[in-house]
Amino acid sequence: MKKRSFWSWLWIAIGTLYFILPLYSTFDFSLRARKGVLSFLAYERIFKDPNFWSTIEFSLVIAIFTIIVSILLVVPTAYWIRLRLPKLRVMVEFISMLPFVVPAIVLVFGLIRVFSGAPFFLTNTYFGTYVLLVAGYVVLALPFVFRAVDTGLAAIDVRSLTEAAQSLGANWGTIIFRVIFPNLRVAILSSAFLTLATVIGEYTIASFLVGIKGFGPYMSLIGQNKTYESSSLAIISFLLTWAFMGMIQLFNRGKADTSALAGAR
Amino acid sequence: MSSKPTFFRDNKRDAPRARPSSSGWRNWIVVVPFFLFAFLFILLPSVSLLLRAFRDNDNRFTLMNFVGLLDPSILSAYWVTIRISLATAVGGGLLGFLMAYAVTVGNLPRPIRTALMTFSGVASNFAGVPLAFAFIATLGRTGLVTLLLKSVLGVSLYDQGFNLYGFWGLTLTYMFFQFPLMILVITPALDGLKKEWREASENLGASHGMYLRQVAIPILMPSILGSMILLFGNSFGAYATAYSLTGGFINLVTIVIGSQIKGDILYNPGLGYALAIGMIAVMTAMMAIYYFLRRRSERWLRQ
Repeated sequence: MKKRSFWSWLWIAIGTLYFILPLYSTFDFSLRARKGVLSFLAYERIFKDPNFWSTIEFSLVIAIFTIIVSILLVVPTAYWIRLRLPKLRVMVEFISMLPFVVPAIVLVFGLIRVFSGAPFFLTNTYFGTYVLLVAGYVVLALPFVFRAVDTGLAAIDVRSLTEAAQSLGANWGTIIFRVIFPNLRVAILSSAFLTLATVIGEYTIASFLVGIKGFGPYMSLIGQNKTYESSSLAIISFLLTWAFMGMIQLFNRGKADTSALAGAR
Repeated sequence: MSSKPTFFRDNKRDAPRARPSSSGWRNWIVVVPFFLFAFLFILLPSVSLLLRAFRDNDNRFTLMNFVGLLDPSILSAYWVTIRISLATAVGGGLLGFLMAYAVTVGNLPRPIRTALMTFSGVASNFAGVPLAFAFIATLGRTGLVTLLLKSVLGVSLYDQGFNLYGFWGLTLTYMFFQFPLMILVITPALDGLKKEWREASENLGASHGMYLRQVAIPILMPSILGSMILLFGNSFGAYATAYSLTGGFINLVTIVIGSQIKGDILYNPGLGYALAIGMIAVMTAMMAIYYFLRRRSERWLRQ
């Protein structure tokens, strides 16, 4: 018995080391911008850079639109296939898994080839590229948003809730927005924060569609010519990811969440 | 007071019924936006790449683009990508499995498990540009670990032939998000191992090793393989981490596709489309095997 828990501790220790070492090294590096002393100079420089704030803001706005669009697309569909169209379930599930077979780099390739030409011409305007960016991110988020919402719907009695609402005279809009949505708030909030964590520093799709307007490409640009600042950016980005994932834990009340899977980026 | 009895009026604008006949366009209108979106932004891009992969520069049907995949530099890109994906799937898969095993079957305190799950959620999402920065600070030429190894053990990684921007560097970097992903996907399977099985085998006189070899591992094998395949695909399609670590100077399939999007570096646009389709084909095969194995594992591990 003793021997077994020794091995357990050993593997946990190795994994923890693998996790801690890069973060510690990065943090250590980020403090060395001023020669000879440890300082937060690299962070000060980043926070003083207007491009840092504008790209964060841009990616945040894109993320919010991604969340709104994916929730509006997925919730009514998942609700409806549970209530009325169970025949379509297999197909919807299949579609929501497609991002696993179409990696982000291939997706953005296809998006550019289809929507840069007739009849769409989306890449000719800024607004068009933003639309494409949001669409690409909705696709990226689809696997985990669908799974979170579908699991959430399985936990509530959709049919009884619907019938109860109907017998009180509610129409479909009222049912979806005032009965189903509030009952799914845990699922919606956790998929929203997972989307934020995925989208905020996303590089692959953003770099091809909007370039350095996005936070991911901005980080990449800093990395090319500013060593210490790039380390501080990595720490900031890590803290952001940690904060978003921590929120999910908070909403799920510590339950193990295995639905946090997205396709390759 | 209206002269009409309210009874009738209510009947006219009846609330929608929960179980009406399942025919009629109204029934389908709810799911139309979802399918329209999937058609426009998933199907159309993929099909468009597929069709273009079979066209030459003069828009005639051709198979030459796929023949072009046999070019030595393209083959080597596939070979490097496969090797990295295999190494990170097996390495990350083993480490992740052992850690998940430690917190589920091994007797570790409960809080360790909760902490490990949170951490896995974070680390599996910590990929791309910042991850590359973190590993440059760790294992780059002036990275902390590189310097530590030199000063403490006297081992110079870079004199030994290590290069963060090559195969091993990229493999070690990918591992950072691969093993947490393994923990996330394998833990439910480990939770499905029933205490009764271990007790039964112990009652029949089996040692712990025999229990592992003849009961636990065979039951878990489809889940382990399936999860490793998921990891393989995850690294096969990765672009952001590799690009920001190497600046595009590594011959991976995703990197070649990326350069092809920026401009026609292969001097043949059709080849880029064939590469993209080849990637979808590999990923589809991986997912098909994954689903097959998952169904196998569900036979025993129903929760």
